[in-house]
Amino acid sequence: MNPNHIYQVRICTGTLCHVMGGALLPELKPYLPEYLKGKVQVKGMTCADYCKQEDRKPPYVLVDDHLIESASIEKVIAYIKKCENHDSKQ
Amino acid sequence: MTPSNNATLTRRELLARICSLLKEGRLEEEIDRIPLKMRPKDNHALRCCVHKDRAVLKYKIMALLGYNIDDEEDELTSLSDYAQKAWNREELSPVVMTVVDEACSSCQKGSYHISNMCQGCEARPCAVNCPKDAIYFVNGQAQIDHDRCVNCGKCIRECPFHAIIYRPVPCEEVCPVKAISKDDQGIERIDYNKCIFCGKCKDACPYGAIMEKSHIMEIFRAHEKGQKVIALVAPSIAAQFRQPLDKIYQAIEAAGFHDIIEVAEGAEKTIDHESKEWQERIGRGQQMMTTSCCHAYTELVNKHIPELKDRVSETPSPMAYAGRIARERYPGATTVFLGPCTAKRHEAYFTDQIDFTLSFEELGSLLVACEIEINDLEGRLPQVHASGKAQHFAHSGGVAGAIKEKAGDGLQEEIINGVDKKAIRQLKQYAKGKCTANFLEVMCCENGCIGGVNTLMKGRQAEKAFHENQFQTTDLRE
Repeated sequence: MNPNHIYQVRICTGTLCHVMGGALLPELKPYLPEYLKGKVQVKGMTCADYCKQEDRKPPYVLVDDHLIESASIEKVIAYIKKCENHDSKQ
Repeated sequence: MTPSNNATLTRRELLARICSLLKEGRLEEEIDRIPLKMRPKDNHALRCCVHKDRAVLKYKIMALLGYNIDDEEDELTSLSDYAQKAWNREELSPVVMTVVDEACSSCQKGSYHISNMCQGCEARPCAVNCPKDAIYFVNGQAQIDHDRCVNCGKCIRECPFHAIIYRPVPCEEVCPVKAISKDDQGIERIDYNKCIFCGKCKDACPYGAIMEKSHIMEIFRAHEKGQKVIALVAPSIAAQFRQPLDKIYQAIEAAGFHDIIEVAEGAEKTIDHESKEWQERIGRGQQMMTTSCCHAYTELVNKHIPELKDRVSETPSPMAYAGRIARERYPGATTVFLGPCTAKRHEAYFTDQIDFTLSFEELGSLLVACEIEINDLEGRLPQVHASGKAQHFAHSGGVAGAIKEKAGDGLQEEIINGVDKKAIRQLKQYAKGKCTANFLEVMCCENGCIGGVNTLMKGRQAEKAFHENQFQTTDLRE
């Protein structure tokens, strides 16, 4: 992956994700470690119907095109870190 | 606790499922399947086994249907039977909370423990300073003799390695008035002679064992019977979602409410009346008057600081005034108070103008069940949109600020932002006449109602949303 890659984090701001544990997610930015701060763009998105299945696991966050279920700030950051480490090893 | 924890999410999911079934008219048919769907067999059990998990959910559902857990008839009575009886129920009860004994894990009594961080040092200040000689050493590590220990906490302060930990009982720890304690079985029981309905225990329990008895059945029934159901919405609503206030109001209407009356409209009347009352009382030579809008606080005064009673304002709360407005505007309609507060459920029971209560957390689940996307709505403000200072009642300092503006500069305020054991000691001093201010505002929850126990957002984000959403309605933005 391009070392200048900017991770596009899109947080569902739909009603269900907000009520079912996602209320804090849009505050993600301050929790990013220093070395990731310039590399992540955080945006909201309207409901993309991920929650319409029977065994739904809200809240949902997209990092680029990877979907994170039962998302938490920690989970999102851990995923981005994993991508970074993977890149640096290549 | 932060709202992102599984006990909170379980409660919200349960209520969302109940509301969905109510909407579809399939509650009695399907309600017994909810525990099975939420705790399927192949899943890892949270407790000893999946059957226990399901039993806990069953009792939590009973609370959401509005029952005391003590109302259980026998273990074979199905949720479907309870749902049917709840649907036909005529009476509410002033007991607003219930302890799900099956979920209460009977946390052991709060106690001190020595961890393996203990280095068995030469100084051994834990043992030297223990007044009960309760610390002894095995293989060079300190141990506590729990028969002797009196939980004084001296050892924890002395240990240079921070090797001693205190394991609390979370609900007992947060209760400011010692109203919750264990029965002979180790299950927590609430003493309603002491309880001020602040709801802090409910928020603190890591097992979600303390539940508010929901009025959701009553609200759906009123709707089903074709009654107009009016939402009286507390101003702290602005701190629950990230969308502007007018969109939130429209979402509430879309969930089946005929119209919205802002409780802040009632607060305007509270401001008028309470500022006059303050002037009168101070004119009569009374040293200080204290607020009456927080019901947990007035319960605190009634049950624990009766010496302060004669200084509590007699002005009705914004909710009570909003109820009167609703009765005038919509005679014969059903009135529902929407707020972040456990205590208001109790106040509402004794307020003729308020029929039912729906917490903001319950509202969240209702919106989920109705599949209402707040983002997609255009936004609509109610016919009367109250002033900023009335909306600010939701925030600590808001009441004092509004009364001061009306009553004039002679008013010197003192503000107690959140009631805990320390604040109660301070209030007892004030009751003895040791308050230098002449107007005392007390809110039981930290930050005021926006820090309430039934909120969807907490802390800094709630604060931010409250200030951003409140006035920047979409109408104004355009």
